[in-house]
Amino acid sequence: MTAYIMRRILVAVPTLVILIVLCFFLMQVAPGGPFTSERPLPPQVLANIEARYGLDQPLWKQMWDYLAGIVTRFDFGPSFAYRDRDVNDIIAQGFPVTLTYGLISFVIATLAGMGVGVVAAIRHNTWLDYIAVGATFSAQALPNFVMAPILVIVFTWQLGWLPGGGWNGGQWQYLVMPVIALSTSYVASITRITRSSMLETLNSSFIRTARAKGLPEHKVIWRHAMKPAMLPVVSYLGPTFVAMITGSVVIDVYFSTGGIGRAYVDSALNRDYAVMLGVTILYGGLTVLFNLLVDVAYAWLDPKIRY
Amino acid sequence: MPGSIRRYGTEMVHRTEQSERIIEALAEGEAIRGRSLWEDAKRRFFRNNAAIGALICLGLVVLFTVVGPLFSQWSIEEIDWARMGNIAGEGHPSIESGHYFGLDGLGRDLYARTIQATRTSLIVGVIGAFVAVVIGTLYGAFAGFVGGWVDNVMMRIVDVLISIPYMFIIILLMVMFERSFFMLFVGIGIVSWLDMSRIVRGQTLSLKNREFVEAATTAGVGRFTIILRHIVPNLLGIVVVYATLLVPLMILVESFISFLGLGVQEPNTSLGALISEGAGTVIYGTPWQIACPIFFFLVTIISLFFVGDGLRDALDPKDR
Repeated sequence: MTAYIMRRILVAVPTLVILIVLCFFLMQVAPGGPFTSERPLPPQVLANIEARYGLDQPLWKQMWDYLAGIVTRFDFGPSFAYRDRDVNDIIAQGFPVTLTYGLISFVIATLAGMGVGVVAAIRHNTWLDYIAVGATFSAQALPNFVMAPILVIVFTWQLGWLPGGGWNGGQWQYLVMPVIALSTSYVASITRITRSSMLETLNSSFIRTARAKGLPEHKVIWRHAMKPAMLPVVSYLGPTFVAMITGSVVIDVYFSTGGIGRAYVDSALNRDYAVMLGVTILYGGLTVLFNLLVDVAYAWLDPKIRY
Repeated sequence: MPGSIRRYGTEMVHRTEQSERIIEALAEGEAIRGRSLWEDAKRRFFRNNAAIGALICLGLVVLFTVVGPLFSQWSIEEIDWARMGNIAGEGHPSIESGHYFGLDGLGRDLYARTIQATRTSLIVGVIGAFVAVVIGTLYGAFAGFVGGWVDNVMMRIVDVLISIPYMFIIILLMVMFERSFFMLFVGIGIVSWLDMSRIVRGQTLSLKNREFVEAATTAGVGRFTIILRHIVPNLLGIVVVYATLLVPLMILVESFISFLGLGVQEPNTSLGALISEGAGTVIYGTPWQIACPIFFFLVTIISLFFVGDGLRDALDPKDR
């Protein structure tokens, strides 16, 4: 097991390095630098600014300094747009907010999706199953950017129950709509995967054996069916997590939670490449880390995997 | 379980009916024609009411984007100066004013803009899926067929690429270069083929030791020709299914980006951008500005999901 985890980490590290290098070079080949503006700066001023940000160094040295800064000091460098803030400040300010409701949404989507999926599978071909299938099919077409405005129209403008945005230290009223908007379509996909995988498991011969030896149904499901049925679901959790942190950009922008997504979009519009790079790499790192965790969980759940 | 018995029952009835028909046909001395995989699939697909309904909806949407502009009295960028001062009052959808879907926040005709947005989304979806099919199929088929260390290296590359958060790379591309359709297609093209190549490789592995490939090899056919002539046609079923399911995903990606305001540039628009604009102006009493794009978005996405699902059932019946 340890060897397997070590090997997975060995794959994860080059992935991250490739991501950083790729983003960095994209930034280099982009036409126009971060300081290009409508009114061209005098060359001396531009040279001074470039020297201040290290942009006058040869490319490989910039690359190396950037990489070394991230690895040794976890330092993403200064922001190009805000003179008094560096990328770390911006991330430190917004990331906790995004992480809070992101994790809540992830846990809720996973639990709700698995729960509904298992129940639908156990009650296969009953009205409960039909409702679950119908609801999940349409809910898959409701991504966060459709859910968010609909929720605000209903709960803020029509009913006036919930605040239409803001964060306020993470009070629950401010969390409800972001969490629902972010998790709806993933609850639906997790439900579908859980249901079909559970159905397949319940039709397999070892379940028939368990039933034949007279085990009560709840034991059949919890002891025997649950673990193998969860395998496809677990492998889907990696992509779900990635999609959720990506989706949080919409939530941050639409609900003005003050999360990192707002900073990301602002930096994209300001051409503040340093912040864009930093956030992309942060999200890339999370992605890689999470895929690693999923792989380990998968290996632990599935005895067929040899590591 | 009652459900499974019922299902078994209908199947039995069905089978007897079918065998009776065959007996009848034999008795009349008709030659029984073999059915190809595609004919079989077509039959199964057309028996699926949900998929047919979805296909019709989708056809209507496509028709609307093609025929709709003929009835439009305004272009996507013209501003209706007479009504722009009072959009909530006079900009609502009406036949007389020529604004069938009303006006947008700036006084432009929402009918023309919705058509253009829907067209953008459909084109993006189709191109994304097309790129995925071409690159993913060739890459996966090559890796799977050649095998050995080449396969290993090629698939490790996919492993690495797949764990990069793509939405950000597309945004990065769009922002750093120009926010044009071309960049959008490039960005989506980069993302879409990865999953496809994995699926195709898996299928190729199971195909490459079959007798017909062996026969081709014995006959001296080159590797690349075998991949194109013998492997790829046999992959077509699964490729079509995944391509159809990719189209809505690509539309989702594009809408997501344009919702954030990072998509194609004005005056061009897309459904995500219209939803975002409509969501911003709904407080001023203009619900049609969000209702129209959301309606077309949902109809398109849900129809595509149903069609893809129907195709999967039709072409890959064991995967139910």
